[in-house]
Amino acid sequence: MRALTWHGKHDVRMETVPDPKIVNPRDAIIKITSTAICGSDLHLYDSYIPTLHKGDILGHEFMGEVVETGPGSTLRKGQRVVVPFVIACGKCFHCEKTQFAACDNSNPAEKADMSEVMYGYPMTGAFGYSHLTGGYAGGQAEYVRVPYSDVGPIVIPDGLEDDKVLFLSDILPTGWMAAENCDIEPGDTVAVWGCGPVGLFAIQSAFLQGAHRVIAIDHHPNRLALAQSMGAQILNYHDVKVREALFEMTGGIGPDAVIDAVGLESHGFTIDNVLDAVKATVKLGTDRPHVLREVILACRKGGRVSVPGVYGGMGDKIPIGALMEKGLQVKTGQTHVQRYTKKLLEMIGEGEIDTTFLISHRLPLENAPEGYKMFKEQQNEVTKVVLKPDWDKEVVQ
Amino acid sequence: MASQEENLRRALESDAPLTAAVHQRDVARQAAEARNWDEASMVGRTVTINRPREELYAFWRDFRNLPLFMENIVSVEVLDDRRSRWTVAAPADRTVQWTSAITDDEDGRLIAWEAEPGGDIKNVGRITFRDAPPGRGTEVTAEIVYDPPGGDLGKLIAKLFAKEPKMQARHDLRRFKQLMETGEISTSQAPDAAPRA
Ligand SMILES: NC(=O)c1ccc[n+]([C@@H]2O[C@H](COP(=O)([O-])OP(=O)(O)OC[C@H]3O[C@@H](n4cnc5c(N)ncnc54)[C@H](O)[C@@H]3O)[C@@H](O)[C@H]2O)c1
Ligand SMILES: [Zn+2]
Ligand SMILES: [Zn+2]
Repeated sequence: MRALTWHGKHDVRMETVPDPKIVNPRDAIIKITSTAICGSDLHLYDSYIPTLHKGDILGHEFMGEVVETGPGSTLRKGQRVVVPFVIACGKCFHCEKTQFAACDNSNPAEKADMSEVMYGYPMTGAFGYSHLTGGYAGGQAEYVRVPYSDVGPIVIPDGLEDDKVLFLSDILPTGWMAAENCDIEPGDTVAVWGCGPVGLFAIQSAFLQGAHRVIAIDHHPNRLALAQSMGAQILNYHDVKVREALFEMTGGIGPDAVIDAVGLESHGFTIDNVLDAVKATVKLGTDRPHVLREVILACRKGGRVSVPGVYGGMGDKIPIGALMEKGLQVKTGQTHVQRYTKKLLEMIGEGEIDTTFLISHRLPLENAPEGYKMFKEQQNEVTKVVLKPDWDKEVVQ
Repeated sequence: MASQEENLRRALESDAPLTAAVHQRDVARQAAEARNWDEASMVGRTVTINRPREELYAFWRDFRNLPLFMENIVSVEVLDDRRSRWTVAAPADRTVQWTSAITDDEDGRLIAWEAEPGGDIKNVGRITFRDAPPGRGTEVTAEIVYDPPGGDLGKLIAKLFAKEPKMQARHDLRRFKQLMETGEISTSQAPDAAPRA
């Protein structure tokens, strides 16, 4: 089959690789019909990450048609499914509590040591995102093997086209959980840092969950305009002092809840430094948690801090005094995607949620390397790239 | 400051497993001295498994099941109700062997064993099964003390267990948990990899 493989910094290629096969009883094989490039993929693309191997297939946002099932799968051939990026067994303590992103079992035993050293416990498995999260082949390909297919994939009714449901795989549930972690009350003002896909979906979700007002912060005019079109007030951090602005806009109180939808990644994901440091001294590397500091300082007393943005190592100069003295609540984590897919699919079906506004570019899978380049170099214009394996390669000027 | 012996005695008396003792090397040394071994290393690990205690004990107690989740074990041949013959893969197409005898066996709670003299690796160990808090499955602890052999064989065995025998024990326990909880062993191996469940 054809697949997008990683070979090094800014070097991803379309290659012909062996087709996946059923390995375990609960597996299924999916023929991909749509797959997206995520902000998180750019960090694999941008920097040298030791736990990526040359030839690894990337991609964790994908959907398609079931073409093969193991004896323990509950799927049937021909069904259309969206697959959560988090791989979860459905049977461990965490899965039973619907904490799917904390699944004990999906990271293969021999891959789990590195994150256990870093975090004291092994990370959960995920598709196409380095060997730290299990080394699973990703979905920017014609086919993918889906483990625990009786737990993750959600069946899509006919009539809902791919572009409406694809983001159930990651960013829509991530935005939803980011808002849910704000425990929004009537009258609340929610401030959202970052108007990438995660931030934009967090804004949409915050309104749906009853926020009175959302204030969105970024510097890309086009992304801010999208936030504005969803009803958010906007702040460009190149033009205004964010904390000062938020304080004044909320009558000197501060936002009731704050969302860090930036994480470290806009500054360059430092997992590589982290891993080098682990090897050298078993100490963790230092992250640059600029936005995390800002959200803690800006939040009102007794308010709530939600952190969907990804961090990897240690944080220096976290305003721990403000965090404690203001009595803030902090909720964070990788998204428990499987917890939200059913409800969000219903909302999409009923027209309460639209996700298609986000897609700025659709390309044949064969053009995936160009897709990465565009997404990296033109953040303002390119909000989301969706790849279609059954489209013929285009000549991109 | 407490003396080393005092630390060790208190660690032995505490509720924590021996592998958490600050002076755990001394625990291994005592085991070695008691058996006239040259030296000893200890590995151990606890894992919570979301299954009933009796089920886990029964699965483990049928030693023929162990190769299903222990990576390097070629076979475990059950000789009688106490003794079993273990064959473990070593590099360069070699195998190492020993005969293990059960020294203690409490239904649903504990299995302890010791390798009979004359085997390739001297080892003694136990696996215990305790109820986790209600509704939360079983806490399984494996503790193994072994005498790393010298010579050519020693080198092979060092290779076999990589640099960190602890790692091997952890991997095996993780796979045991995966198999018991999910019915399969997680793998991300290349598409043409052989099935493992
Ligand atoms: N928790 C999860 O499960 C999960 C899932 C998906 C993505 N993520 C993470 O969420 C974060 C956002 O993802 P994305 O795909 O939207 O990324 P993105 O890179 O497309 O968007 C990030 C946005 O943040 C803006 N930004 C940078 N610095 C800022 C600052 N100081 N103040 C305000 N805005 C700033 C950038 O201009 C950009 O528009 C990333 O860290 C990503 O890895 C987490
Ligand atoms: Zn993603
Ligand atoms: Zn699980």
